[in-house]
Amino acid sequence: MADQVVLLDFWPSPFGMRVRIALAEKGVQYEYKEEDLRNKSPLLLQSNPVHKKIPVLIHNGKAVSESLIAVQYIDEVWKDKAPLLPSDPHLRAQARFWADYVDTKMYEIGRKVWTTKGEEQDVAKKEFLECISVLEGELGDKPYFGGKTFGFVDMALIPFYTWFSVYEKFGNFSVEAEHPKFIAWAKRCLEKESVSKSIPDRQKVYDFVLEMRKKLGVE
Amino acid sequence: MAENDLKVLGAWPSPYVMRARIALNIKSLDYEFLEETFGSKSQLLLQSNPVHKKIPVLIHGDKPICESLVIVEYIDEVWASSPSILPSHPYDRATARFWASYIDEKWFPAMKGIAAAQAEEARKAAIEQVAEGLALLEDAFQKTSKGKDFFSGDKIGYLDIAFGCFLGWLRVTEKMNGIKFLDETKTPGLAKWAQKFCADAAVKDVMPETEKLAEVAKIITAKLRGAGAPPK
Repeated sequence: MADQVVLLDFWPSPFGMRVRIALAEKGVQYEYKEEDLRNKSPLLLQSNPVHKKIPVLIHNGKAVSESLIAVQYIDEVWKDKAPLLPSDPHLRAQARFWADYVDTKMYEIGRKVWTTKGEEQDVAKKEFLECISVLEGELGDKPYFGGKTFGFVDMALIPFYTWFSVYEKFGNFSVEAEHPKFIAWAKRCLEKESVSKSIPDRQKVYDFVLEMRKKLGVE
Repeated sequence: MAENDLKVLGAWPSPYVMRARIALNIKSLDYEFLEETFGSKSQLLLQSNPVHKKIPVLIHGDKPICESLVIVEYIDEVWASSPSILPSHPYDRATARFWASYIDEKWFPAMKGIAAAQAEEARKAAIEQVAEGLALLEDAFQKTSKGKDFFSGDKIGYLDIAFGCFLGWLRVTEKMNGIKFLDETKTPGLAKWAQKFCADAAVKDVMPETEKLAEVAKIITAKLRGAGAPPK
Protein backbone atom coordinates (compact mmCIF):
# COMPACT_ATOMS: atom_id res chain seq x y z
CA MET A 1 0.00 0.00 0.00
CA ALA A 2 1.52 3.31 -1.06
CA ASP A 3 1.93 6.03 1.55
CA GLN A 4 -0.54 8.87 1.33
CA VAL A 5 1.03 12.09 2.51
CA VAL A 6 -0.72 15.46 2.59
CA LEU A 7 0.69 18.73 3.88
CA LEU A 8 -1.68 21.53 4.92
CA ASP A 9 0.40 24.65 4.67
CA PHE A 10 0.64 28.38 3.85
CA TRP A 11 3.49 29.28 1.54
CA PRO A 12 5.10 32.15 3.56
CA SER A 13 5.04 30.19 6.84
CA PRO A 14 8.54 29.42 8.14
CA PHE A 15 7.02 26.55 10.12
CA GLY A 16 5.52 25.02 6.97
CA MET A 17 8.86 25.41 5.19
CA ARG A 18 10.53 23.19 7.79
CA VAL A 19 8.21 20.30 6.97
CA ARG A 20 8.60 20.84 3.22
CA ILE A 21 12.39 20.64 3.58
CA ALA A 22 12.16 17.46 5.69
CA LEU A 23 9.92 15.76 3.13
CA ALA A 24 12.26 16.84 0.30
CA GLU A 25 15.32 15.53 2.17
CA LYS A 26 13.61 12.15 2.47
CA GLY A 27 12.33 12.17 -1.11
CA VAL A 28 8.73 11.69 0.05
CA GLN A 29 5.98 12.35 -2.52
CA TYR A 30 3.17 14.40 -1.03
CA GLU A 31 0.16 16.50 -1.87
CA TYR A 32 0.61 20.15 -0.93
CA LYS A 33 -2.61 21.92 0.08
CA GLU A 34 -2.51 25.71 0.38
CA GLU A 35 -4.71 27.02 3.20
CA ASP A 36 -6.43 30.39 3.22
CA LEU A 37 -5.85 31.33 6.84
CA ARG A 38 -8.82 33.70 6.84
CA ASN A 39 -11.01 30.83 5.67
CA LYS A 40 -9.60 27.62 7.11
CA SER A 41 -10.62 24.38 5.44
CA PRO A 42 -12.76 21.78 7.25
CA LEU A 43 -9.82 19.40 6.85
CA LEU A 44 -7.51 21.76 8.74
CA LEU A 45 -10.03 22.38 11.52
CA GLN A 46 -10.59 18.64 11.82
CA SER A 47 -6.91 17.72 11.68
CA ASN A 48 -5.69 20.29 14.18
CA PRO A 49 -8.71 21.07 16.35
CA VAL A 50 -6.58 22.21 19.30
CA HIS A 51 -4.60 24.96 17.55
CA LYS A 52 -6.27 25.22 14.11
CA LYS A 53 -2.85 26.08 12.67
CA ILE A 54 -0.63 25.02 9.81
CA PRO A 55 1.49 23.12 9.08
CA VAL A 56 -0.30 19.83 9.52
CA LEU A 57 1.19 16.65 8.09
CA ILE A 58 -1.41 13.98 7.31
CA HIS A 59 0.11 10.52 6.81
CA ASN A 60 -2.31 7.80 5.76
CA GLY A 61 -5.15 9.77 7.36
CA LYS A 62 -3.37 10.49 10.65
CA ALA A 63 -2.58 14.12 11.44
CA VAL A 64 0.65 15.37 13.02
CA SER A 65 0.74 19.02 14.10
CA GLU A 66 3.55 21.34 15.25
CA SER A 67 6.39 21.69 12.74
CA LEU A 68 9.30 20.28 14.77
CA ILE A 69 7.15 17.36 15.93
CA ALA A 70 6.25 16.68 12.29
CA VAL A 71 9.93 16.86 11.27
CA GLN A 72 10.86 14.32 13.95
CA TYR A 73 7.97 12.11 12.87
CA ILE A 74 9.19 12.25 9.27
CA ASP A 75 12.71 11.36 10.43
CA GLU A 76 11.41 8.37 12.40
CA VAL A 77 9.09 6.99 9.71
CA TRP A 78 11.41 7.41 6.72
CA LYS A 79 14.42 6.39 8.74
CA ASP A 80 16.43 4.69 6.02
CA LYS A 81 17.39 7.87 4.20
CA ALA A 82 19.02 11.21 5.03
CA PRO A 83 18.89 11.24 8.86
CA LEU A 84 17.73 14.64 10.08
CA LEU A 85 18.93 14.18 13.66
CA PRO A 86 22.36 12.89 14.70
CA SER A 87 22.60 9.34 16.08
CA ASP A 88 24.57 10.27 19.21
CA PRO A 89 22.16 11.02 22.10
CA HIS A 90 24.14 14.01 23.37
CA LEU A 91 24.28 15.57 19.90
CA ARG A 92 20.56 14.87 19.52
CA ALA A 93 19.91 16.65 22.80
CA GLN A 94 21.96 19.62 21.57
CA ALA A 95 20.00 19.67 18.30
CA ARG A 96 16.67 19.64 20.14
CA PHE A 97 17.86 22.35 22.53
CA TRP A 98 18.88 24.68 19.71
CA ALA A 99 15.76 24.01 17.65
CA ASP A 100 13.75 24.93 20.75
CA TYR A 101 15.86 28.11 21.09
CA VAL A 102 14.99 29.06 17.50
CA ASP A 103 11.32 28.37 18.18
CA THR A 104 11.12 30.46 21.32
CA LYS A 105 13.15 33.40 20.02
CA MET A 106 13.21 33.83 16.25
CA TYR A 107 9.52 34.04 15.40
CA GLU A 108 8.40 36.34 18.23
CA ILE A 109 11.38 38.70 18.08
CA GLY A 110 11.33 38.78 14.28
CA ARG A 111 7.62 39.60 14.35
CA LYS A 112 8.21 42.47 16.77
CA VAL A 113 10.98 43.84 14.53
CA TRP A 114 8.63 44.35 11.60
CA THR A 115 5.36 45.12 13.38
CA THR A 116 6.45 47.68 15.97
CA LYS A 117 7.86 51.20 15.89
CA GLY A 118 10.01 53.50 17.96
CA GLU A 119 11.50 52.25 21.21
CA GLU A 120 9.73 48.89 21.09
CA GLN A 121 11.24 48.27 17.66
CA ASP A 122 14.71 49.32 18.85
CA VAL A 123 14.51 46.79 21.69
CA ALA A 124 13.33 44.10 19.27
CA LYS A 125 16.17 44.85 16.82
CA LYS A 126 18.73 44.60 19.60
CA GLU A 127 17.25 41.28 20.79
CA PHE A 128 17.14 39.98 17.22
CA LEU A 129 20.81 40.73 16.58
CA GLU A 130 21.72 39.21 19.97
CA CYS A 131 19.84 36.08 18.94
CA ILE A 132 21.81 35.90 15.69
CA SER A 133 25.05 36.38 17.70
CA VAL A 134 24.20 33.50 19.99
CA LEU A 135 23.38 31.29 17.01
CA GLU A 136 26.60 32.28 15.23
CA GLY A 137 28.46 31.31 18.40
CA GLU A 138 26.83 27.90 18.36
CA LEU A 139 27.59 27.46 14.65
CA GLY A 140 31.27 28.23 15.22
CA ASP A 141 33.45 27.00 12.37
CA LYS A 142 31.08 24.23 11.33
CA PRO A 143 29.53 24.44 7.85
CA TYR A 144 26.12 23.61 9.32
CA PHE A 145 24.64 23.52 12.82
CA GLY A 146 24.43 19.77 12.22
CA GLY A 147 28.20 19.65 11.63
CA LYS A 148 29.36 18.45 8.22
CA THR A 149 25.80 17.83 7.07
CA PHE A 150 22.60 19.85 7.05
CA GLY A 151 20.38 18.82 9.96
CA PHE A 152 17.58 19.51 12.39
CA VAL A 153 18.70 22.92 13.63
CA ASP A 154 19.59 24.13 10.12
CA MET A 155 16.11 23.07 9.02
CA ALA A 156 14.48 24.81 11.99
CA LEU A 157 16.29 28.06 11.30
CA ILE A 158 16.76 28.51 7.53
CA PRO A 159 13.07 29.33 6.82
CA PHE A 160 13.41 32.51 8.87
CA TYR A 161 16.05 33.69 6.38
CA THR A 162 13.25 34.13 3.84
CA TRP A 163 11.80 36.73 6.21
CA PHE A 164 15.06 38.67 6.61
CA SER A 165 14.13 41.12 3.84
CA VAL A 166 11.00 41.89 5.84
CA TYR A 167 12.87 42.38 9.13
CA GLU A 168 15.66 44.39 7.47
CA LYS A 169 13.47 46.70 5.40
CA PHE A 170 10.99 47.50 8.15
CA GLY A 171 13.64 47.48 10.87
CA ASN A 172 16.07 49.45 8.76
CA PHE A 173 19.19 47.39 9.38
CA SER A 174 21.32 44.78 7.65
CA VAL A 175 22.01 41.38 9.16
CA GLU A 176 24.89 40.78 6.70
CA ALA A 177 26.66 43.93 7.86
CA GLU A 178 26.69 42.73 11.46
CA HIS A 179 26.80 38.98 10.93
CA PRO A 180 28.37 37.94 7.62
CA LYS A 181 29.11 34.43 8.93
CA PHE A 182 25.42 33.84 9.56
CA ILE A 183 24.50 34.97 6.05
CA ALA A 184 27.24 32.70 4.63
CA TRP A 185 25.63 29.79 6.48
CA ALA A 186 22.21 30.71 5.07
CA LYS A 187 23.52 30.84 1.51
CA ARG A 188 25.21 27.48 2.01
CA CYS A 189 21.86 25.98 3.03
CA LEU A 190 20.18 27.47 -0.03
CA GLU A 191 22.64 25.59 -2.26
CA LYS A 192 20.87 22.39 -1.22
CA GLU A 193 18.07 21.45 -3.57
CA SER A 194 15.81 20.23 -0.76
CA VAL A 195 15.98 23.74 0.72
CA SER A 196 15.83 25.90 -2.41
CA LYS A 197 12.90 23.87 -3.79
CA SER A 198 10.98 24.17 -0.52
CA ILE A 199 11.23 27.81 0.38
CA PRO A 200 10.00 30.92 -1.43
CA ASP A 201 12.13 33.76 -2.71
CA ARG A 202 12.82 36.47 -0.11
CA GLN A 203 11.43 39.10 -2.46
CA LYS A 204 8.17 37.17 -2.76
CA VAL A 205 7.80 37.10 1.04
CA TYR A 206 8.53 40.84 1.24
CA ASP A 207 5.95 41.60 -1.48
CA PHE A 208 3.41 39.47 0.37
CA VAL A 209 3.96 41.42 3.60
CA LEU A 210 3.63 44.75 1.72
CA GLU A 211 0.31 43.54 0.27
CA MET A 212 -0.87 42.47 3.69
CA ARG A 213 0.05 45.79 5.28
CA LYS A 214 -1.81 47.66 2.52
CA LYS A 215 -4.89 45.50 3.06
CA LEU A 216 -4.75 46.07 6.81
CA GLY A 217 -4.30 49.77 6.19
CA VAL A 218 -1.06 49.87 8.13
CA GLU A 219 1.53 52.60 7.54
CA MET B 1 27.41 2.68 38.62
CA ALA B 2 30.60 4.74 38.36
CA GLU B 3 30.30 5.44 34.65
CA ASN B 4 26.96 7.08 35.28
CA ASP B 5 28.28 10.28 36.78
CA LEU B 6 24.98 12.14 37.00
CA LYS B 7 24.07 15.44 38.59
CA VAL B 8 20.79 17.32 38.48
CA LEU B 9 20.86 21.06 39.11
CA GLY B 10 17.41 21.94 40.37
CA ALA B 11 15.02 23.00 43.07
CA TRP B 12 12.43 20.86 44.85
CA PRO B 13 9.36 22.97 43.97
CA SER B 14 10.07 23.04 40.22
CA PRO B 15 7.81 20.82 38.11
CA TYR B 16 10.38 20.93 35.30
CA VAL B 17 13.11 19.60 37.59
CA MET B 18 10.71 16.86 38.69
CA ARG B 19 10.48 15.65 35.09
CA ALA B 20 14.22 14.96 34.99
CA ARG B 21 14.18 13.23 38.39
CA ILE B 22 11.21 11.00 37.53
CA ALA B 23 12.92 9.93 34.30
CA LEU B 24 16.10 9.04 36.21
CA ASN B 25 14.02 7.12 38.77
CA ILE B 26 12.25 5.14 36.04
CA LYS B 27 15.66 4.02 34.80
CA SER B 28 16.82 3.32 38.40
CA LEU B 29 19.73 5.72 37.99
CA ASP B 30 21.56 7.26 40.92
CA TYR B 31 22.34 10.95 40.71
CA GLU B 32 23.53 13.81 42.85
CA PHE B 33 20.83 16.43 43.38
CA LEU B 34 22.34 19.90 43.63
CA GLU B 35 19.73 22.23 45.03
CA GLU B 36 19.81 25.81 43.75
CA THR B 37 19.03 28.51 46.31
CA PHE B 38 15.82 30.37 45.60
CA GLY B 39 16.65 33.84 44.28
CA SER B 40 20.25 33.19 43.23
CA LYS B 41 22.04 31.12 40.57
CA SER B 42 25.15 29.05 41.23
CA GLN B 43 28.33 29.34 39.15
CA LEU B 44 27.78 25.77 38.00
CA LEU B 45 24.30 26.65 36.71
CA LEU B 46 25.48 29.76 34.86
CA GLN B 47 28.31 27.74 33.34
CA SER B 48 26.15 24.73 32.40
CA ASN B 49 23.24 26.66 30.95
CA PRO B 50 24.68 29.97 29.77
CA VAL B 51 21.91 30.48 27.20
CA HIS B 52 18.87 30.33 29.51
CA LYS B 53 20.46 30.18 33.02
CA LYS B 54 17.57 27.95 34.12
CA ILE B 55 17.00 24.68 35.94
CA PRO B 56 16.83 21.77 35.42
CA VAL B 57 20.24 20.93 34.02
CA LEU B 58 21.35 17.31 33.82
CA ILE B 59 25.12 16.95 33.93
CA HIS B 60 26.25 13.56 32.59
CA GLY B 61 29.98 13.24 33.14
CA ASP B 62 31.03 16.69 31.98
CA LYS B 63 28.20 17.22 29.50
CA PRO B 64 25.29 19.48 30.42
CA ILE B 65 21.85 18.85 28.95
CA CYS B 66 19.21 21.58 29.30
CA GLU B 67 15.42 21.90 28.85
CA SER B 68 13.35 19.37 30.82
CA LEU B 69 11.78 17.50 27.90
CA VAL B 70 15.12 17.36 26.05
CA ILE B 71 16.58 15.85 29.24
CA VAL B 72 13.80 13.23 29.44
CA GLU B 73 14.37 12.16 25.82
CA TYR B 74 18.14 12.06 26.39
CA ILE B 75 17.75 9.79 29.43
CA ASP B 76 15.44 7.50 27.45
CA GLU B 77 17.92 7.29 24.56
CA VAL B 78 21.10 6.72 26.57
CA TRP B 79 19.61 4.11 28.90
CA ALA B 80 17.55 2.52 26.16
CA SER B 81 17.22 -0.98 27.59
CA SER B 82 15.38 -0.28 30.86
CA PRO B 83 11.63 0.57 30.87
CA SER B 84 10.93 2.87 27.89
CA ILE B 85 9.77 6.40 28.54
CA LEU B 86 8.68 7.36 25.02
CA PRO B 87 6.27 5.14 23.07
CA SER B 88 7.85 3.11 20.29
CA HIS B 89 5.51 3.94 17.39
CA PRO B 90 6.33 7.24 15.61
CA TYR B 91 2.69 8.36 15.58
CA ASP B 92 2.30 7.71 19.33
CA ARG B 93 5.56 9.57 19.92
CA ALA B 94 4.30 12.54 17.89
CA THR B 95 1.03 12.52 19.87
CA ALA B 96 2.83 12.44 23.22
CA ARG B 97 5.16 15.26 22.13
CA PHE B 98 2.18 17.27 20.87
CA TRP B 99 0.38 17.16 24.23
CA ALA B 100 3.57 17.88 26.17
CA SER B 101 4.08 20.95 23.98
CA TYR B 102 0.44 22.01 24.52
CA ILE B 103 0.87 21.69 28.28
CA ASP B 104 4.04 23.78 28.27
CA GLU B 105 2.92 26.46 25.82
CA LYS B 106 -0.78 26.84 26.64
CA TRP B 107 -2.01 24.98 29.68
CA PHE B 108 0.58 25.74 32.38
CA PRO B 109 0.84 29.43 31.37
CA ALA B 110 -2.95 29.61 31.81
CA MET B 111 -2.58 28.13 35.27
CA LYS B 112 0.09 30.68 36.16
CA GLY B 113 -2.33 33.27 34.83
CA ILE B 114 -4.73 32.46 37.67
CA ALA B 115 -2.15 33.47 40.27
CA ALA B 116 -1.01 36.49 38.29
CA ALA B 117 -4.52 37.83 37.64
CA GLN B 118 -4.94 41.34 38.98
CA ALA B 119 -8.73 41.49 38.69
CA GLU B 120 -11.54 39.02 39.42
CA GLU B 121 -12.60 38.88 35.77
CA ALA B 122 -9.10 37.99 34.61
CA ARG B 123 -8.91 35.32 37.34
CA LYS B 124 -12.21 33.77 36.24
CA ALA B 125 -11.11 33.81 32.57
CA ALA B 126 -7.84 32.05 33.46
CA ILE B 127 -9.72 29.44 35.51
CA GLU B 128 -12.00 28.82 32.53
CA GLN B 129 -8.98 28.35 30.26
CA VAL B 130 -7.39 25.85 32.61
CA ALA B 131 -10.67 23.89 32.87
CA GLU B 132 -11.05 23.84 29.08
CA GLY B 133 -7.49 22.56 28.77
CA LEU B 134 -8.21 19.80 31.25
CA ALA B 135 -11.22 18.71 29.20
CA LEU B 136 -8.90 18.37 26.18
CA LEU B 137 -6.38 16.45 28.28
CA GLU B 138 -9.12 14.17 29.64
CA ASP B 139 -10.03 13.36 26.05
CA ALA B 140 -6.37 12.77 25.17
CA PHE B 141 -6.05 10.50 28.19
CA GLN B 142 -9.04 8.38 27.15
CA LYS B 143 -7.57 8.03 23.65
CA THR B 144 -3.95 7.26 24.49
CA SER B 145 -4.35 5.18 27.67
CA LYS B 146 -6.70 2.77 25.88
CA GLY B 147 -8.28 1.78 29.18
CA LYS B 148 -5.01 1.40 31.08
CA ASP B 149 -3.81 3.39 34.10
CA PHE B 150 -1.50 5.89 32.42
CA PHE B 151 -1.23 7.99 29.25
CA SER B 152 1.51 5.56 28.25
CA GLY B 153 -0.45 2.42 29.17
CA ASP B 154 0.58 0.10 31.99
CA LYS B 155 3.56 2.14 33.20
CA ILE B 156 4.22 5.86 33.44
CA GLY B 157 5.83 7.42 30.40
CA TYR B 158 6.65 10.68 28.64
CA LEU B 159 3.25 12.35 28.71
CA ASP B 160 2.49 11.16 32.25
CA ILE B 161 5.76 12.82 33.33
CA ALA B 162 5.20 15.97 31.24
CA PHE B 163 1.75 16.54 32.76
CA GLY B 164 1.99 14.84 36.15
CA CYS B 165 4.80 17.10 37.33
CA PHE B 166 2.23 19.91 37.55
CA LEU B 167 -0.15 18.05 39.90
CA GLY B 168 1.33 19.57 43.05
CA TRP B 169 0.84 23.07 41.66
CA LEU B 170 -2.61 22.16 40.40
CA ARG B 171 -3.63 21.13 43.93
CA VAL B 172 -2.21 24.35 45.36
CA THR B 173 -4.18 26.35 42.78
CA GLU B 174 -7.36 24.43 43.66
CA LYS B 175 -6.86 25.17 47.36
CA MET B 176 -6.01 28.84 46.93
CA ASN B 177 -9.01 29.46 44.67
CA GLY B 178 -11.57 27.16 46.29
CA ILE B 179 -12.14 25.13 43.13
CA LYS B 180 -11.78 21.55 42.06
CA PHE B 181 -10.23 21.05 38.64
CA LEU B 182 -9.84 17.29 38.69
CA ASP B 183 -12.94 15.44 39.77
CA GLU B 184 -14.75 12.20 39.13
CA THR B 185 -17.59 13.79 37.14
CA LYS B 186 -15.74 16.28 34.93
CA THR B 187 -12.44 14.48 34.49
CA PRO B 188 -12.90 10.90 35.66
CA GLY B 189 -9.92 9.49 33.80
CA LEU B 190 -7.53 12.20 34.96
CA ALA B 191 -8.81 12.07 38.56
CA LYS B 192 -7.92 8.37 38.81
CA TRP B 193 -4.70 8.85 36.84
CA ALA B 194 -3.52 11.63 39.17
CA GLN B 195 -3.77 9.37 42.23
CA LYS B 196 -1.96 6.51 40.51
CA PHE B 197 0.74 8.84 39.16
CA CYS B 198 1.50 10.40 42.54
CA ALA B 199 1.69 6.95 44.16
CA ASP B 200 4.10 5.60 41.55
CA ALA B 201 7.49 4.50 42.87
CA ALA B 202 9.33 6.80 40.47
CA VAL B 203 7.25 9.81 41.52
CA LYS B 204 6.34 9.72 45.19
CA ASP B 205 9.71 10.76 46.62
CA VAL B 206 10.08 13.74 44.29
CA MET B 207 6.49 15.04 44.38
CA PRO B 208 6.49 17.84 46.95
CA GLU B 209 3.84 18.03 49.67
CA THR B 210 0.99 20.37 48.80
CA GLU B 211 1.34 22.36 52.07
CA LYS B 212 5.03 23.06 51.41
CA LEU B 213 4.26 24.12 47.84
CA ALA B 214 1.45 26.37 49.12
CA GLU B 215 4.00 28.29 51.19
CA VAL B 216 6.22 28.78 48.13
CA ALA B 217 3.13 29.77 46.12
CA LYS B 218 2.35 32.59 48.58
CA ILE B 219 5.81 34.08 48.03
CA ILE B 220 5.62 33.75 44.23
CA THR B 221 2.04 35.11 44.02
CA ALA B 222 3.06 38.18 45.97
CA LYS B 223 5.93 38.67 43.54
CA LEU B 224 3.70 38.19 40.44
CA ARG B 225 1.00 40.55 41.67
CA GLY B 226 3.61 43.08 42.68
CA ALA B 227 5.24 42.94 39.25
CA GLY B 228 1.95 44.10 37.75
CA ALA B 229 2.10 41.92 34.69
CA PRO B 230 1.33 38.26 33.99
CA PRO B 231 4.40 36.00 33.90
CA LYS B 232 5.67 34.58 30.58
